[in-house]
Amino acid sequence: MTEQAQENKKLIRRLIGIVGGMFLFAFALVPLYNVFCDITGINGKTRGQALYQNVDIDKSRVVTVEFLTNINRGMPWKFESRLRSIDVHPGELNEVIFYAKNTSKFDIVGQSVPSVSPGKAALYLNKTECFCFDQQTLLAGEEIEMPMKFFIDADIPEDITRLTLSYQLFNITDSVYAESVGTK
Amino acid sequence: MSDHRPTGIKRWLYTTNHKDIGTMYLWFSFIMFLTGGAMAMVIRAELYQPGLQFVEPGFFNQMTTMHGLIMVFGAVMPSMVGLANWLIPMQIGAPDMALPRMNNWSFWILPFAFTLLLSSLFMEGGAPNFGWTFYAPLSTTYAPPSTDFFILGVHMMGISSIMGAINVIVTIFNMRAPGMTLMKMPLFVWTWLITAFLLIMVMPVLAGVVTMMLTDRHFGTAFFDAAGGGDPVMFQHIFWFFGHPEVYIMVLPAFGVVSEIIPAFSRKKLFGYSSMVYATASIALLSFIVWAHHMFAVGMPVAGELFFMIATMLIAVPTGVKVFNWIATMWQGSLTFETPMLFSIAFVILFTIGGFSGVMLAMAPVDFQYHDTYFVVAHFHYVLFPGAIFGTTAAVYYWFPKWTGKMYNETIGKWHFWLSMVFVNLTFFPMHFSGLAGMPRRIPDYNMMFADYNMWASIGAFGLGLTQVFFFVTIIMAIRNGKKADEKQWDGATGLEWDAMPTPAPYHSFSTPPKVD
Repeated sequence: MTEQAQENKKLIRRLIGIVGGMFLFAFALVPLYNVFCDITGINGKTRGQALYQNVDIDKSRVVTVEFLTNINRGMPWKFESRLRSIDVHPGELNEVIFYAKNTSKFDIVGQSVPSVSPGKAALYLNKTECFCFDQQTLLAGEEIEMPMKFFIDADIPEDITRLTLSYQLFNITDSVYAESVGTK
Repeated sequence: MSDHRPTGIKRWLYTTNHKDIGTMYLWFSFIMFLTGGAMAMVIRAELYQPGLQFVEPGFFNQMTTMHGLIMVFGAVMPSMVGLANWLIPMQIGAPDMALPRMNNWSFWILPFAFTLLLSSLFMEGGAPNFGWTFYAPLSTTYAPPSTDFFILGVHMMGISSIMGAINVIVTIFNMRAPGMTLMKMPLFVWTWLITAFLLIMVMPVLAGVVTMMLTDRHFGTAFFDAAGGGDPVMFQHIFWFFGHPEVYIMVLPAFGVVSEIIPAFSRKKLFGYSSMVYATASIALLSFIVWAHHMFAVGMPVAGELFFMIATMLIAVPTGVKVFNWIATMWQGSLTFETPMLFSIAFVILFTIGGFSGVMLAMAPVDFQYHDTYFVVAHFHYVLFPGAIFGTTAAVYYWFPKWTGKMYNETIGKWHFWLSMVFVNLTFFPMHFSGLAGMPRRIPDYNMMFADYNMWASIGAFGLGLTQVFFFVTIIMAIRNGKKADEKQWDGATGLEWDAMPTPAPYHSFSTPPKVD
């Protein structure tokens, strides 16, 4: 019987190992998911800052880029794009101005998160300059014009003639404050 | 042989006996089945006519959420564990489960888990109202405070299921009677072995995802919050990575049950035993790579949709193998139609209908129309009610004489079956049509054009709910003063529990291992 008990123990240990492993795997899915989206560009996540060097311009094609701005809950800012949409040639560097105003009586830190639709177009939208790379701190009542420079990769598939770049603006004052207190 | 055991409540609190624990699991799941059923009655009463009649929309959402959670985690899963406890030691020639104390613990966690979950109904802000799939941010940013009770409850159910699964695996691997090789095991044991592996693989993922919810809600993380760099769509990926294997966890043991019952009443050996084993294993393996078919509408790239669509359709192949094997087993058999057989045949027919609507839903292009409509509701109720629940019901009728040594009243059993059969179809079949016409799920009010379908479905649901009382009455009557069952009640039945064990089954199963040839 003791032999059986020992065998049971061995098997239980292995099974608990699987359980623990799968629990960790659930958390590992978080970075895996992000890496997967980065590589494939699905989910509309744009990449970081791009360089504009030796880029071929394809004058024969026109791509319409539309801009959307959204404010998240608990964010008392005005936030809009000066342009609703722009027609560009792939490879051409363009600048669009975004406008934000803190309409509240408090100083607020904002962070915008971009998203591209259709998702696969995200790989071909390169930004050389974007307010979304940084946080913005606006004092009460302050307003700001923020430039965003981008170009469309000339390799963009033929079937994409129109894409939407949307920015969601979040209020991150609390978490920024919490971090600064934490680092002191 | 004398049985040493405490009496009264202590017998049940302290028991480490697989039969006692199995009984408690089965009764617990039946109570949960009636609780979740009562919530379904509230839902169907509200949907009887268009407009708002009985409950507030907020409460309606709590009802759909709690109905789903209770039926999945409280009714179906524990009923399968109850059957496993009763049957696995008897079928493999073991004296008991391998880990009897853990067995006791894994049962006794459940009443506490569900007390936590159900108590949220009486809290300020109400019970969880985000659907049983608890998508973020509905379950994080916008959820009622009681969501934390839900999270804790899910953790406890998860621990209970994982312990139950570990127990099953250890029992099957280490406690088989000499000569009982893996490929001689009854199919119920096989399907449960595979189910147990699914459980230990995916329940920890469920625990992980609710932990992320908890830290998102209270500890400043942003797994599912885009403001902090997280992603709500990721919630759906992680949830369905658990969620799809979960649907097989609920139905595979029922596959095992009907694979025992159909041969017994056809008086033939099961057709294609080994193909049944391999089909079950491939269904389980495939279930890990199909999760995103639940979320075709989130905006996946075409390549992703195609992959998940094709992988999902592949599941139809092993499932088809099983269905054809069941039919081939009945082919040219000398069939009789006692209650367990009736439930099993209905299982094969109705589960196949649910399988077909599943193939329809697997098609990404059309899923955009079906997504989140009553068509989905019709589909998963067809695989769960006539699938998992008819399976459990058939099992209880089939093994009841063995377990208790008493016989249920066949006439009432048949009434239970025929009324269930009529009402289950009356309830869920019209939902296909209202769903195809575009009626959304989880909404308390609807367009006039869906009125007739909903009225039928509601009438069916009330009938189906009442019919389950027949089950209760049959079982109680049989326990109280059922006729004495024969030593071998079903002449076509095979397996150690029928051939090597007296009726009723003794308190301790096999003290000396039986001979297996």
